[in-house]
Amino acid sequence: MRATVLVRPKPGILDPQGEAVGSALGHLGFEVQDARVGKVIDLEVDALDAAAAKAAVEQMCEKLLANPLIESYEIEVTA
Amino acid sequence: MASPQPRIGVVTYPGSQDDRDALWALAALDAEAVPVWHGELELPDLDAVVLPGGFSYGDHLRCGAIARFSPATAAVRAFAAGGGFVLGICNGFQILCEAGLLPGALVRNESLRFVCRDVPVTVERDDLPFTTRCTKGRRLVLPVKHGDGRYLPPPDLDPAQIVLRYVDNPNGSVDGIAGICNETGNVMGLMPHPEHAVDPLLGSDDGALLLASLVDAARDRVLAAI
Repeated sequence: MRATVLVRPKPGILDPQGEAVGSALGHLGFEVQDARVGKVIDLEVDALDAAAAKAAVEQMCEKLLANPLIESYEIEVTA
Repeated sequence: MASPQPRIGVVTYPGSQDDRDALWALAALDAEAVPVWHGELELPDLDAVVLPGGFSYGDHLRCGAIARFSPATAAVRAFAAGGGFVLGICNGFQILCEAGLLPGALVRNESLRFVCRDVPVTVERDDLPFTTRCTKGRRLVLPVKHGDGRYLPPPDLDPAQIVLRYVDNPNGSVDGIAGICNETGNVMGLMPHPEHAVDPLLGSDDGALLLASLVDAARDRVLAAI
């Protein structure tokens, strides 16, 4: 089963990478109000069903993939 | 009787860089400096432990995120739980935060630039095993060299846990925090490098005050055990 984890800097955490990206887009003529930079982690996991896969990936996020103090995460599971 | 030489371990992870400088500095300050490989399940008989700077596991995912699962880190956690003195320098600080031995997180510098220069810091606590040779308010000049040194404290950080503050914040750390300790004061982390500042030839020997404090504290532990 395929799982995608989106890791984002939490709201309120200063994200200088996002600011740099936003300002670069502004220089290119794009109108961007806000930009935040996170991470995408694609995983192949063995699981009986989507719920089991999501539960396993949630454990992975809590233990390693995200730092709950500074990052939030979102999990998408596709068959 | 000659005063006993305390044994201070320095853990080498894959990608550690300042382990040798830390070993050299501790030996120069009259400790028996003991190299410890990250794969060790148990620490040798030690009176203190230093986690050195560098880029353990290539800083992949987040700085210190992988090193926290090394066998030696588990052993250091047990050592700290028993009241042992643990000092994390730079990447060692990041590892201690990721491992939950210190509160907070270290993230990308606000400037997005790697900073590498000598910076003044102010000592906020002079009663810790890492700072007894300093007096509160004293300025130390120590080198920093990091890309991810912006310290973000948890919302409930006790201000008494702040040990060092930057005079001119080089990385955007909240409240200029350069070094903190745990609630019990036996674990400390700092981004500046005391081990690179132990001789006037290196531009400053202020780092020797911190490391010699640790050597003193470790020696007292040896004496207490006799």
